[in-house]
Amino acid sequence: MSAVAVLKGGRSLERQVSLRSGARVEDALERLGQDVVALDVGPDLISQLRDASPDVAFIAMHGRDGEDGTVQELLEILDIPYTGSGVVACVRATDKVLAKHLMIEAGIPTPEFFAFSETAFRELGAADALPAIEERLEFPIVVKPSSQGSALGIKFARSASDVPAALVAAFSYDSRVLLERHIDGRDLAVSILDGEPLPVVEAVPVGDGFYDFEARYEIGRTEFVCPAELPDGVTEQAQELAVRTYRLLGCSAFGRVDLMLGGDGELTVLEANPIPGLTETSLLPQAAEAAGISFDELVGRIVELALERAPA
Amino acid sequence: MSTSRDIERYAGLFAARTRVMKSSAMRDLMAVTARPEVISLAGGLPDTSTFPPDTFAAVAQRIATESCAKALQYGPTEGLDETKTCIAEVMAAEGMRVAPEDLIVTTGGQQVIDLVTKTLIDPGDVVIAEGPTYPGAVPVFSAYQADVVQVDMDADGMRVDLLEETLDRLERDGRRPKFIYTVPSFQNPAGVTMSQPRRRRLVEVAHERELLVLEDNPYGLLRYEGDAPPPLLSLDGGVYVMYLGTFSKILSPGIRLGWVVAPPPVLEKINLGKQAADLCTSTLSQLMVQAYFEESRWRDYVESLTEVYRARRDTMLDALADHFPRQAEWTRPAGGLFIWVTLPDFIDTTDLLARALRDNVAFVPGEAAFLDGRGRNAMRLNFSGSDEDAIREGIRRIGEVVTEQVELYGTLTGEHQAVQVEEPPAADDNVLQLPKRSARSRRAEGS
Repeated sequence: MSAVAVLKGGRSLERQVSLRSGARVEDALERLGQDVVALDVGPDLISQLRDASPDVAFIAMHGRDGEDGTVQELLEILDIPYTGSGVVACVRATDKVLAKHLMIEAGIPTPEFFAFSETAFRELGAADALPAIEERLEFPIVVKPSSQGSALGIKFARSASDVPAALVAAFSYDSRVLLERHIDGRDLAVSILDGEPLPVVEAVPVGDGFYDFEARYEIGRTEFVCPAELPDGVTEQAQELAVRTYRLLGCSAFGRVDLMLGGDGELTVLEANPIPGLTETSLLPQAAEAAGISFDELVGRIVELALERAPA
Repeated sequence: MSTSRDIERYAGLFAARTRVMKSSAMRDLMAVTARPEVISLAGGLPDTSTFPPDTFAAVAQRIATESCAKALQYGPTEGLDETKTCIAEVMAAEGMRVAPEDLIVTTGGQQVIDLVTKTLIDPGDVVIAEGPTYPGAVPVFSAYQADVVQVDMDADGMRVDLLEETLDRLERDGRRPKFIYTVPSFQNPAGVTMSQPRRRRLVEVAHERELLVLEDNPYGLLRYEGDAPPPLLSLDGGVYVMYLGTFSKILSPGIRLGWVVAPPPVLEKINLGKQAADLCTSTLSQLMVQAYFEESRWRDYVESLTEVYRARRDTMLDALADHFPRQAEWTRPAGGLFIWVTLPDFIDTTDLLARALRDNVAFVPGEAAFLDGRGRNAMRLNFSGSDEDAIREGIRRIGEVVTEQVELYGTLTGEHQAVQVEEPPAADDNVLQLPKRSARSRRAEGS
């Protein structure tokens, strides 16, 4: 039996999801007979960790602080082994712009994009380049903050007049945003456990009629199919791309890679999540389940991997 | 061991009405506003720290010596007569005369909205509400699967002319609304008050069309200037107007005590609904109100609250004038707890809240007050729950992020809108305009 500190909550905008992921992980760890200390991450994190002196920290945080390498860095300093990817992978994956540049360099297909900082618009007149970008990417264009992990701040610009407001919204979350070519197709997610891909999950919008972009992120408006029913070879291809992306960014233990299957049959990688959701409705647990791995086994395996990685 | 947190296990058992949910993005953001370092102008909280602890002790002592066993016992569903006497006194202070049998004591005003909706609404039935409406009523209407139709407001409250047009349209479609929900005085969230002519017309419309009206009046006594227009209930005489009152804002929200006045046949159904919901309202709370009314002068306390809140309102209005860019507009409430701010339509206040939270300040995004996706460029600000320093600092921080977004938009559209701070809008031209279109149409002309 080891003492496990479950880190959850924090100041991230995904606090709510993180609290749910954390609660579920705590339950699983207790069932596995571990000694669990739950920590809602705040200004007293270091002293709380010193008091608890756990054998391992389970990071059930999403978004800022938890997923961007900040908490990982602190745990390194305290010499506490932790679950999931290390600092560098977190930094790379959370920064969508950096991740996409790395993918392009490595020959992994990702939708065409342009990235800008707020300063580029304020001080370098980047707005003058918008018409050229719009022409290149073609409408509709997806506008998103570079670092926000969830759907928050992602806007869909249908015409040039939508772009400035979409940029203002995206800059609410990050000082860097990207404009990305919209891929019309199927949403796929490949979760990875210890370097091995799990069955592909497809997010399918519920109901008929007009499918609006924002709907896919709303509870009850999306259904998940796992394993996804895909044309011959596409599953393997998606899994291979996901594993390549995961390795490229240096992820370890577990993660999730989101892809699009375009109408033309081409797969593109959108992003990688170093700490995907672990709630009742999250994709990684669903994919694990489809592979015959229960939630408790999944959590147990993630903790083992953290302890194996730690220097004896 | 249980896996009681696993939702899939129960998914097939949930009723259809539980599927109705508001934007999850906003709920996620609101979870962060509760953190202690955040100046929250998002709540609707009265300042209970102004209540004298000595009075509380005297009230508790009095109950302990005089009515201990009764306080610990069940009570009648409709409420205790001694509490109803206090309620009649509060209503008389606002010019309404009621007899004890005209009303039911409820567990807060919120229960009235729930019971009235439960009594009147079948799935798909129409409820008319103001646009924007009280955000706390939205989940109630949704839970009963009501079809909510919202009628625009201006500085004089609900546009009754638009209400009539809406009723005509519904009638043509063969749909008869069951009731009109309104907060006529210091409306939540808009802060505006329905004028006397509109009140008269609204009551006439209710009579002409045989429609019930639910008058929600939690803040009527918290008036900071001017004279009070008559309550709808007193204009109507209790034929079509149902009335919701509460002790939450004049005494304490923690005691959960409200009441409903309704025509006898409706009240009877509400009473049955209440019996099913919770048998009776807390006897202890009811006796506390009674003891408090005997122990001290409740109107003096309301007067002291009025002074505190008036100063806070003025502080917030001054701070808005100092820190918000000229593209922003806001209402100037004569009472109540809230100011409603309308920003240029290129600003989405849910996204703005994410930005504001980085600076540790929060407000309620306008979309919470609409069921139809409007209000995205508006916000509700509360001035009763924070002290004047916090209000000034909170408004300064929000003003800064709004200004930042206005400037950025100007840069992006090539307008380079000069950001400057102007005098606040005069009291008579603070019209709610939802949505504003000026910024976008300017761009269309320029390009």
